[in-house]
Amino acid sequence: MSQDFRLDNIGMVNRNKKISFTFNGKKYFGYEGDTIASALIANGVHLVGRSFKYHRPRGFFGVGVDEPYAILQLERNNERDPNIRATEQEIFEGLEVKSVNCWPSVNFDIGAINNFLKMFFPAGFYYKTFMWPPSFWYKIYEPFIRMAAGFGEASIKHDKERYEHKYEYCDLLITGSGPSGLASAYAAAKNGARVILAEDKPRYGGSLLTSDVNIGNQTGVEWSEKIITELKSMSNVIVKNRSQVFGYYDHNMLVMSERIGDHLPKTQKYLPKQRLWYIRAKEVLISSGSIERPLVFGNNDTPGVMLSSAAKEYMKVYGVLVGKKPLIFTNNDSGYETAIEFKKNGVNPLILDTRKEPSSDIISEAKNLGIEIKFSHVVVAAKGYKKVKSADIAKISDNKKDLLNIENIECDCICVSGFWTPSIHLASQSGNKSEFNEKIDAFIPKKSKQKENTIGSANGKFTLEETINEAFNKGYEVSNNITENNNKVSIPTVVEKKSTEHDKFWCVPLPKGKSYKRFLDFQNDVAVTDIELALREGFRSIEHVKRYTTLGMATDQGKTSNLNGLQLVSDIENKVVPQVGHTTFRPPYTPVSIGAIVGREVGKHSKPTRKSPMHDWHEKNNAVFVDAGVWLRPRYYKQGNETLFEASKREAKNVRKNVGVCDVTTLGKIDVKGPDAAEFLNRVYTNAWLKLPVGKARYGVMLREDGIVMDDGTTTRISENHYHMTTTTAQAANVLSHLEYYLQLVWPELNVNVVSTTEQWAGAAIAGPNSRALLMKLFPNTDVSNEALPFMGYKEADLFGIPAKIYRISFSGELAYEVNVESDYGNFMWEKIIEVGKEFQIQPYGTEALSTLRIEMGHVAGSELDGRTIPHDASLEGLVSKKKDFIGKRSLGRSAFIKPDREKIVGVVPLDKTTSIPEGSYIVKDPKAKLPNPKLGHVSASCWSVEYDNPFSLAIIKDGKNMIGQKLFAMSPLKNKTIPVEIVSSHYVDPEGKRVRA
Amino acid sequence: MLYIFCPHCGSRSQNEFAYGGDATVKRPELNKEISDQEWDNFVYLRKSPRGKHLELWHHISGCRQWIKVERDTSTHEIFKTYKADELTE
Repeated sequence: MSQDFRLDNIGMVNRNKKISFTFNGKKYFGYEGDTIASALIANGVHLVGRSFKYHRPRGFFGVGVDEPYAILQLERNNERDPNIRATEQEIFEGLEVKSVNCWPSVNFDIGAINNFLKMFFPAGFYYKTFMWPPSFWYKIYEPFIRMAAGFGEASIKHDKERYEHKYEYCDLLITGSGPSGLASAYAAAKNGARVILAEDKPRYGGSLLTSDVNIGNQTGVEWSEKIITELKSMSNVIVKNRSQVFGYYDHNMLVMSERIGDHLPKTQKYLPKQRLWYIRAKEVLISSGSIERPLVFGNNDTPGVMLSSAAKEYMKVYGVLVGKKPLIFTNNDSGYETAIEFKKNGVNPLILDTRKEPSSDIISEAKNLGIEIKFSHVVVAAKGYKKVKSADIAKISDNKKDLLNIENIECDCICVSGFWTPSIHLASQSGNKSEFNEKIDAFIPKKSKQKENTIGSANGKFTLEETINEAFNKGYEVSNNITENNNKVSIPTVVEKKSTEHDKFWCVPLPKGKSYKRFLDFQNDVAVTDIELALREGFRSIEHVKRYTTLGMATDQGKTSNLNGLQLVSDIENKVVPQVGHTTFRPPYTPVSIGAIVGREVGKHSKPTRKSPMHDWHEKNNAVFVDAGVWLRPRYYKQGNETLFEASKREAKNVRKNVGVCDVTTLGKIDVKGPDAAEFLNRVYTNAWLKLPVGKARYGVMLREDGIVMDDGTTTRISENHYHMTTTTAQAANVLSHLEYYLQLVWPELNVNVVSTTEQWAGAAIAGPNSRALLMKLFPNTDVSNEALPFMGYKEADLFGIPAKIYRISFSGELAYEVNVESDYGNFMWEKIIEVGKEFQIQPYGTEALSTLRIEMGHVAGSELDGRTIPHDASLEGLVSKKKDFIGKRSLGRSAFIKPDREKIVGVVPLDKTTSIPEGSYIVKDPKAKLPNPKLGHVSASCWSVEYDNPFSLAIIKDGKNMIGQKLFAMSPLKNKTIPVEIVSSHYVDPEGKRVRA
Repeated sequence: MLYIFCPHCGSRSQNEFAYGGDATVKRPELNKEISDQEWDNFVYLRKSPRGKHLELWHHISGCRQWIKVERDTSTHEIFKTYKADELTE
């Protein structure tokens, strides 16, 4: 099989390895090392997509990251990957890609009608068209815009590929392995610096791969190969290809995405598909090169129009001809290099040079090779719809305003060169204010903002000699500052062709009576007329023009379009480009996959999963787990075909009747130690702590400084200067930070230390009327009688040889104890409790039964202490000391907190005693009142009371104290329910608290 | 991501720290009679300066010490860091 556009004796692809792939369902082949773009061009395929707005045919414009529109959808291992640049994606066996933005096919696209309706799609048409009527938004406009937006379709399946993050530190990060990157890396590495050299492309060398130069008596390619080989062998150097440094963040943190498996049919074993590198570099050398600028003329988006540097790279790197009858349209010498390359490969190009009488080494060489050149000539418009077939060309007057002698000539591609734009994105992201350089008509970085320097053509240096000298010196200088070594390598001599000045002319005027679209931004379909319109409509700031017209937006970030856009605005406004300024360059420089950004933090790995030491037992005993913060807790233990409702009712009932055991390991535990511990607790909690005796526990509430309840829990005095504090599961980390804040910053004079001991202790709550009988069997040598171990008492005891701590505290409202042992003995403790508890009908209970028990007792938890309540609201005002000061006390006097009808917790029972009240329901007086119905408060927690066998809820409502006994309504607009209810005391069961003291 | 010099641990990435707000706020002494206005200022009012700002950071995934960081809020430049009990300039 031969390929019509493949050259035999040139290129770097591996001719020994053919690779087949499909594009839009049709099979093609290429060689190992081809990109989708080079392989398709070799097969003569130029139509790859449709444009964003007008659905005009799209081909290839660039050869790498510069590509604005050859964006495809890729299929790999049954996964879809959108937004793939054909010029970057390497082919592999079995690769499947297809076009986007077209329906039903790229050849026949219905959306192309937009091209004929283009008068209705001017700049800002979104804002003009989709305004009225407002009711159209939801059903018509939004779906329409969504359908039209984007480049491809993301997969909604779980991505099975692995992505990784890596943190790295280095002395010097060099972004780009062109001549400046290689030279500076070599100089710095030889001077002992730890260097990372990142190259976006698979091949190292940058412009050396395609330019006809000589460094130290070697060709550019040979020299770059030698340098790379030596760098790779050095232990202080990391060299990475297929790696794009896409963002420059604060404090010299740069982020790089490494595409490890994207070019392979399948990700290799033990390797991720992509790796995101967070690199903290002491110094950065930005050697990201420059991108060729387009020239602007009629229909300059037709497939077959492309950058002349791209055409040259397709020949020299891939051995591919972009056309056999090329037209080179240039305003500088770069176009000549492409023409010479065509000529060397047996193709006769025609050069149109906008300059009148330029002369240089390169131009002479082209002339000597017999290449036809027309000076003072321009392309007026490309002709052909899906591919360039011919071009209207003309002589241009000396003042560049008038077109003379328009004629049509045949051609199959137009290679344009409008000079070069340094890629200053990274420097700009670092905060470097760029400056406009008149000599090259482009912005270059100014003074370093962070620890960055820009070198080579990214810094506006367009001769190799300058570049190499600058890079060697900079590499040495920067490394010398870091390592203080003085190993200077000698700078090789450079031989290159001399070029002459470029022409500032960039936009071909329209011939009389013609209205060709002349595109500036190829990705976003922004034409000259759009910018003109925006300015006519009064947009002045370049940032506004950008947003109104979409110039330089989206994945392309204006790589090829920015400067021409600025040039146009300044021309119309009679300004110069630096007065107009440029828009902000934002990371990422190129699109980064969501997978790489997320890394391994997906699914269960998105947060740590904490398990109690008894987890395995729960699992074996049919526990159904629930996420409680980062913990996994048993929600209920399923027996047979039980539902959640049935199981939790059974478990809760058994606690009320016999005895249950609940895993409370997840409770936050903090050791508070020191001679001033009592005084500290006294300031932290709202109630008094100075007189708590050793061996006793106390329930406490702590506030934030604004008076809102932060957390509650019991704290036990273990010994004179040692307290064991418990917090809720959710607030454990915050409470520790809170305590540390006050100890370190506010009251450093207090001699107290706090440390988290949550993971040191496994806890089991034993609750129910049989709990004491069970305890007596568990701790036969310890007196656990009501006298020896009263409510809120504490004892250390021996559990079958294991030291244990018994706290007589109760969340369920029953006679209850919490037993703690060191975590490693947690499972032992649990199994002993279950084993010994059998004769007392013990059953384990989960969080659902736990909730039921506490709700019907009126004990508050997170759903009441929700960051909006003060102690009064939760009926905890009895715990607020009037005598002493504490954190947040001063706020409790705020007028909103002391108003007579302040919200308070109440109980809610449905009148029919059967309808459960959805959590979050509003409590209202009149369900038929006009909306918005004035609400009295909301239902915070609901359960099925096992004591009374009917639904019961807690609610926090206005003037709650005086509402008890009233008949009101619970309304849930979400569930569309209105339930007549009676307000009762929040202490539904055992209001006197007799059971816990029994 | 910022690179913060912890006076106890050395330079560490921002993701080891939690932000703690204005470090110049001083809590009124306990049991001291103060006006509503003073209390209100302490609890709620914070300046949001553009430029130098002395702020608290908590090295939660490190030494668990609260530190003071002098940072430029518009450029993120960090001028100096202090231990909690160190006097700031």
